[in-house]
Amino acid sequence: MVHRIGVGLSSLRQNNAVGRARGIVLRAFACLALASTFALAQAPDTEKPVPILTGNAGAFDFVSGGHTLIDTQINPVLLVPLGDRWLIESRAEFEGRFQRPPNGGPFGGPVNKHVDYAQVDYIANPYLTFTAGRFLTPFGIFNERLYPVWIRALQPDPLILPINTAPSDGAMFRGGFSVSAKANLNYAAYVSVTSIGIGSVDSERHVGGRIGFFFPAPRLEVGGSWQRTLQDARKNAFGFHMGWQPTKAPLNLRSEFAHSFEGSGYWIEGAYRLSQARFWQKAMRRTEVVARMQQFYTGDIGVDGAAAFGLPGANTREADFGMNYFLHDGLKGIASYGRQFSSAGNFNQWSFGIAYRWLIPLGRVGTP
Amino acid sequence: MSARHALSFILACASIATFTRAAESSARRDANKETAAVAVVHTDDAGMRVQGEQRFRANCGRCHAAPQKFPPRMMKTVLRHMRVRATITDEDMRSILAYMTQ
Repeated sequence: MVHRIGVGLSSLRQNNAVGRARGIVLRAFACLALASTFALAQAPDTEKPVPILTGNAGAFDFVSGGHTLIDTQINPVLLVPLGDRWLIESRAEFEGRFQRPPNGGPFGGPVNKHVDYAQVDYIANPYLTFTAGRFLTPFGIFNERLYPVWIRALQPDPLILPINTAPSDGAMFRGGFSVSAKANLNYAAYVSVTSIGIGSVDSERHVGGRIGFFFPAPRLEVGGSWQRTLQDARKNAFGFHMGWQPTKAPLNLRSEFAHSFEGSGYWIEGAYRLSQARFWQKAMRRTEVVARMQQFYTGDIGVDGAAAFGLPGANTREADFGMNYFLHDGLKGIASYGRQFSSAGNFNQWSFGIAYRWLIPLGRVGTP
Repeated sequence: MSARHALSFILACASIATFTRAAESSARRDANKETAAVAVVHTDDAGMRVQGEQRFRANCGRCHAAPQKFPPRMMKTVLRHMRVRATITDEDMRSILAYMTQ
């Protein structure tokens, strides 16, 4: 996304090998596509789950401080179930970011492509799932659950998103189960041993975990995350998250806090569906209004480090307001306005665009 | 990764495995106790639909706006994905699957 220029110190070290690494992960994605064909051949039973190609696409116009950025992206997600307990899943991102050059001229810019995750899941029992491969780092909730353009309520990223959300390469245990009639527990514990420099010995290793409690009756989830880097300064990072959907109102409240060596901050977001409005009901129930407030406090990596990391270089406050209109199931228009305040300068940021979600079965499915 | 961290990770994994086994046993005992009650509650489709809808709104509604129904073979794949991604419970997954494929 727009502000996700760098996602971790890994980005700083990745330049030399990024071409070959990108080739490898894209070939891995292609292999998964072939695996779906294999799975189809193995699953003629009409009751068995079918491989699916899903994902979302979007085209957005971001205007920040007078500079226009046209962002177009396609994020295909491939899901290949195998047997009763296995799932191969992968998501790739193809993103074009086009701007006018400083001295004028037509829009131009790079088209980035990478694999966000390519993982194998084994559901060992109702309480434990084992995951191996490249996976989204379970630090907070935005990166894992809310990142896709179709799901997020506001298109600009939260300021703290780059903190500890670079993809992990390794293994993970996770699961969710009821601990009482009123509460569910969910957890994830992982170790990542990312070999960044294919042509060098550079690497990034970390362990971490997340735990959350979900209370179904009030629809409230609270939890915390932790990650420890296993090299260099051996830094700890932690975060907290909260989500609440009151039963009596179509309101969705979410919040995250993160603290790390690179910086700290929080965001609070509320999204309200206007389905209870008594006028223009047909249009109102398709409309969602959103507000988000956030703050970021710089860490110990300096301005250049922060910029490479995708973080602000100064203490920053930001307020955003937006509206989403669901044209039909799978297509929504978005618009938002925000203002950022910091010692580096205050500016407005606008966003307009459209997001689309699709879901295609890769086999016969019968009728719903 | 040092041996100390490797050992820590192995111990953590062992702890999780032990914990989940214990939770599984406990849940199985609870499930046996509740079987009769659950059977009564679920005897009619309407009750099952209501419960499935409630669980859909409680779990899926955290990120997804409106329910859309797909053929069962697709929903099974989607729910397996969401079970991993959103760490929803096995019980919730079965209930939501029933609701979304009715």
